[in-house]
Amino acid sequence: MSWKNFSKSLKKRRKYPPSIGGRSKAVKSKTSRSTDKQEQFSRRAFLVTIGQGGVLSLLAVRMGWLQIAEADKYKTLAEDNRVNLLMLAPQRGLIVDRFGVPLAINVRDYRAVIIPEKAEDMESILKELRKYISYNDGTIEEVLKKSKKVSRFVPIEIVNNLDWEDLSKIEVNRPSLPGVFVETGEIRSYPLKESTSHLIGYVGRVSEKELSGNPVELLPGYKIGKSALEKQFNDELKGKPGQREVEVNATGREVRDLTVVAPTSGDRLTLSVDIEYQRFAQEVLSKHKSAAAVVMDAHTGAVYALASHPSFDPNLFVDGIGTQAWNELLNDPTFPLTNKAVAGQYPPGSTFKMMTAMAGLEAGVIEPNTTVVCPGYYKLGNGKFHCWKNGGHGRMNLKSALEQSCDVFFYKLSTSIGIDKIAEVSKRFGLGENLGFELPEEKNGFIPSKYWKKKRFGEKWQPGETVINSIGQGYVLTTPLQLATMTARLVNGGKEVKPWLSGFMNEKPLIPSGWKQMDIDPKHLELIKQGMDAVILGEQGTARGSRIPDETMSMGGKTGTSQVRRITKAERATGRKRQEDLPWNERHHALFVGYAPTNNPRYICSVIVEHGIGGSSAAAPLAKELLWEIQKRNPAESPFLPNGGMASFDTQQKKHG
Amino acid sequence: MFEPKMRLNDNTSLLHKVGHLNWSLVALLCMVAGVGVLSLYSAGNGSFSPWASRHVLRFSILLAGCLVIALINIRFWYKLAYPVYAIGIVLLIAVEIIGHAGMGAQRWIDLGIIQIQPSELMKIAVLIALAKYFHPASSEDMKRMSFLIPPALMILLPVGLVLLQPDLGTSLMIVMAGIVMFFIAGAPFWLFFAGGAGVIALIPIAWTFLHEYQKKRVLIFLDPESDPFGSGYHITQSKIAIGSGGIEGKGFLKGSQSHLNFLPEKQTDFIFTLWVEEWGLIGGLLLLLINAAIILYGIWISYMCKHTFGRLLAFGLIVNYSLYVFINIAMVMGLIPVVGVPLPLISYGGTAMMATLISFGLIMSCSLHRDSKLPRMN
Repeated sequence: MSWKNFSKSLKKRRKYPPSIGGRSKAVKSKTSRSTDKQEQFSRRAFLVTIGQGGVLSLLAVRMGWLQIAEADKYKTLAEDNRVNLLMLAPQRGLIVDRFGVPLAINVRDYRAVIIPEKAEDMESILKELRKYISYNDGTIEEVLKKSKKVSRFVPIEIVNNLDWEDLSKIEVNRPSLPGVFVETGEIRSYPLKESTSHLIGYVGRVSEKELSGNPVELLPGYKIGKSALEKQFNDELKGKPGQREVEVNATGREVRDLTVVAPTSGDRLTLSVDIEYQRFAQEVLSKHKSAAAVVMDAHTGAVYALASHPSFDPNLFVDGIGTQAWNELLNDPTFPLTNKAVAGQYPPGSTFKMMTAMAGLEAGVIEPNTTVVCPGYYKLGNGKFHCWKNGGHGRMNLKSALEQSCDVFFYKLSTSIGIDKIAEVSKRFGLGENLGFELPEEKNGFIPSKYWKKKRFGEKWQPGETVINSIGQGYVLTTPLQLATMTARLVNGGKEVKPWLSGFMNEKPLIPSGWKQMDIDPKHLELIKQGMDAVILGEQGTARGSRIPDETMSMGGKTGTSQVRRITKAERATGRKRQEDLPWNERHHALFVGYAPTNNPRYICSVIVEHGIGGSSAAAPLAKELLWEIQKRNPAESPFLPNGGMASFDTQQKKHG
Repeated sequence: MFEPKMRLNDNTSLLHKVGHLNWSLVALLCMVAGVGVLSLYSAGNGSFSPWASRHVLRFSILLAGCLVIALINIRFWYKLAYPVYAIGIVLLIAVEIIGHAGMGAQRWIDLGIIQIQPSELMKIAVLIALAKYFHPASSEDMKRMSFLIPPALMILLPVGLVLLQPDLGTSLMIVMAGIVMFFIAGAPFWLFFAGGAGVIALIPIAWTFLHEYQKKRVLIFLDPESDPFGSGYHITQSKIAIGSGGIEGKGFLKGSQSHLNFLPEKQTDFIFTLWVEEWGLIGGLLLLLINAAIILYGIWISYMCKHTFGRLLAFGLIVNYSLYVFINIAMVMGLIPVVGVPLPLISYGGTAMMATLISFGLIMSCSLHRDSKLPRMN
C-alpha cells in the first residue's frame, strides 16, 4: 500500500466519518463531540505521519548518499582497513671467489623485535629488556624513532644475533616484556672474517640518515652495504623484496593471506680473487705492523688478492659494533679500518723512477746509452740533492740506474724532462687518477704539475721540485693499487689495463676486456723492463736478496723507500740517526712493485710496508713470497666461470622448478 | 484491505478472534525478524551460534506471547493501565537498588533466567497510562493546564528515574513518545512551541548534567574524524561499512568490515550497518519499506479504532516503534550522536524484543477490539 493511497483514504475518512453503529440518537451531542475529537486526532495523526514519512525519506536519502555518491571513497577505506601489505625481506646475494668459495653468506639469526601495538610503554620495556641482554645506548632511541614511521603492528628490530642464553632469558622474562618477541631471520656472515674485510666490507643496519623511504628498509634484520663491495654492489646484492597481502582484522591480527609474491634473492657476485691466495697474502703482510699488497694480472687486470694489514672482523659491524670496540679500531695508529691497498696514499719513492725514465725516453732526453756520473749528490743552483748512497754510484746508465736505484741519474735528467712531461706519462700509466676500481674507498693519489702549483699556491714551479718529485718524493702520492697498475702497463706490452674485482653478477660477465694499446714505443718498455729485471737478477740489484729460487718463476721489479719526514741539514752533519732508532711512525715507508715471471710477465705485485724502513729489506721479500706463491697456484690458467663453475643452489632450483 | 470483514464484539469466540488477527502485520514482523536472523547469522561468522539461534527462539516464544496479548480484550489493559504503570515505576526503582552496572550505567535487573531492562517496559507502561488518562478527556479538558499537569508528571517521573541510571537515550525516547501522545490527544499547539523554546533554553544547563562519556559522544558526533581511533571510531567505521556496501552490497557473509571486527557492537546497535554492508542500498531500502509498511499499518489500526484509548495507545506504540527505527538507523549512518538504541526485532537482545512484541500485541489487540465499549467516565 502506497503512501498516496493511504493519505487519500485518510482524507476520505475525514469527509465521511465512520458510522458508529449501536449508538442511540439520544447521545448525539456526545457523538458530535467525539467526532470533533476524532477529526482533531485525524489531523494531528496525519501531521505526525507526514513527519515520520519525512524522517524515513531522510534516512533513505542518507543511505543513498553513503552508498552511491560516497561508495567509492568508503570502498577504498574498507579495503585499506582490511588489507595489510607486508614486505618480505629478500635474501642478500652471495659473494664468492673465483673458485666459488663463499665469502659473504647468510646464516640463520635470532633477533628480538618489539611490536609497538602490543607494548604499552616501549621505552620502559626496552629498558627492562636491557637487564637481560645487552645492546648499544643509541638502540632505544633508534627503535622509538623508527616506531613512529611504521604501523603500530609492524615489528621493529631491537637486537640481533641472539644466542640460546639470550633467547631463554627473553622467554623466561616474557611476562615483564610485553610486546617483545623473538624472530628468526637471516643475517649476513663473513666466514673468512679478517681476510676479506677490506675487500668485501660489511653490511649494517640502515641508519636514520640512510633511510630513503623504501619500506623494506624498516624490516627487522634488513641491512645495507656499508663499505667496499657490499656498498658498491648494494643495488645488485640486495634483491627484490616480496610482498604478502594479508587480510587483517580490526586488531591487526592476520586472518589469511590474500596474495604472496616471493622475494627475489640478490645477485651472486663472483670475484676475480683467489680467496686462499688472499688469505696467504694477508698472512704474509701480518709479519709487519702495517702493510698492504695488490696482486693482479698483467694482461687482464684481474685482481687476485687485495690485502691490507691490520684488518678487522666485519661480522662485528653486522651485529652493530659496540662503542668500545669501535673506539679501539678508530684510535689504532695502524688504521685497521682503512684499506691501504686502495686508500693509502704514499709517496712512491724509487718505484716512481720508471715514470721519470719513461718520460725521459718519450721526451728523447734519455737514450739507452745516456750516462750520468753519480758523485753521491746533485747540485742545482744553491740546492744540493743527495743520492741515497753516500759516495755515489759512479757512472750510471738507464739500466744500472734502475738496478741500483741511483737518485742522481734521475735528478740530473729530470731537469731536462720537466715535471709536466713526467706528470703526463705518470697519468698515462694510471698514477694520480681514479682507476674506476670497484671499491668506493679508492683514492686518487696525486701527481703535481706546474699548472697545479700556480693554481694551488700561486707560485712558480721550482726546478728543484722537479728533482725531488722525479724520485717519487715531494708532492707525488700514489696508492699501491695504482703502482700495481703502472707496473702491469710497463710489462704487458703497453696495454692500458685497469684492475678489477667483479667477474660475474650471477651468470652475467662483468669482466672488462679489449684494453687499449698505449701510444708508447715498445723499445722503451723493453729498456725499462731490463732495468727492473736487473733489480732482482743483477749483481748490484737492490733487491737481489729476494730472488725466487725457481728460475722459471723469477721476478723483476723495483724497490722504493720513501721518506716520511725530511732529513735536515743538521742531521746530515751530525750523522743520521739509524732508522730503527726513530719512532715507528717517522720511519721510511718500504715499497716494492714487481712482476713474474721475468720472461713474459703474468702476475703483478705491489707492496707497501708502512714505516718498513727499506724497500729492499722489508717490501721486496714480501713481494717475492707473493709472486712465487701466485705462480705456483697460477689462477690465470684455470677457467674463470660464474660461481667458480659450480651451478649454484638457486639456479638448480630454478631449473627444476 | 486491512479492514476486518466483520465487527467483533466481546462475545466473539476465541477461534473467531484468531482468524481476525492482523496476520499481514504478523507477516511483516516476521520479515523484519528474518532480516535479524540473517544478520545475526552473518555476525556469528556464518553460524547460528551464538546469536541467530537464540534470536529465532526468542522471537518464536515472544511472538506467541504477542498473539496472546492481542487476543486479550482491550478493556483488560484499560483497567490495568495504572497498576502496570505502578509496577514499571517499582521496577525502575528496583534497578537502582539491585540492578548491576552494565556499560557504565545501571539498566538491568538479573532475574537469573532473563535480564530485563525495566526502562524498556516502562515506555509501554507510560503510553498505556497516558492513553487511559486522555481517554475520557474532552477538547475543553485538553485546554486546561490543571488537566495536563498530571500526565506531564506521569512522563517526568519515569524519565527522572531512567536519567538516574543514567540512560539519556531511553529517557529522551520516553519524552518524545509522551509529547506525541499529548499532541494527538489534542493539547493546544502553543504548548508545544513553548515547550520547544524551553528545551532550547535548557540545553546549556542539561549539558552540565551529562556524563563525560555522553558529552564526548556528542562532541565526536559533531566531528567524528577528529578521533578516528578513539570514540569516533564507531561512527567512522560504521559509515565505511555502509558506504563500501554500495548499491548491491558485498554479499551475504562477505562484509569485511563486520567480519574483521572493524564494526563495533555489530550484533546489537550496529546490526543495520552489517545488513546494508552485505545487502547494499537495495537491502537497506527494502528494510526501510517493510518498516514503513509496519508503521502505516499501525497508524491505520489506530485510525480505525472506535475508542480514544485504543487510538491513542496504538498510535503512541507505533510512534515509539518508529522512534527506535529512526534513531538507530540515523545513529549508524552518522546523522545523530551514538545513543544505545537497538534496531527492533533485528538487534540481538531479549528485553528490546520483548518490549517490541508486547507493543505489537497491544496494537493488534486495539485492532481486534476496536469496537469494544470502554467506560466513558470523566
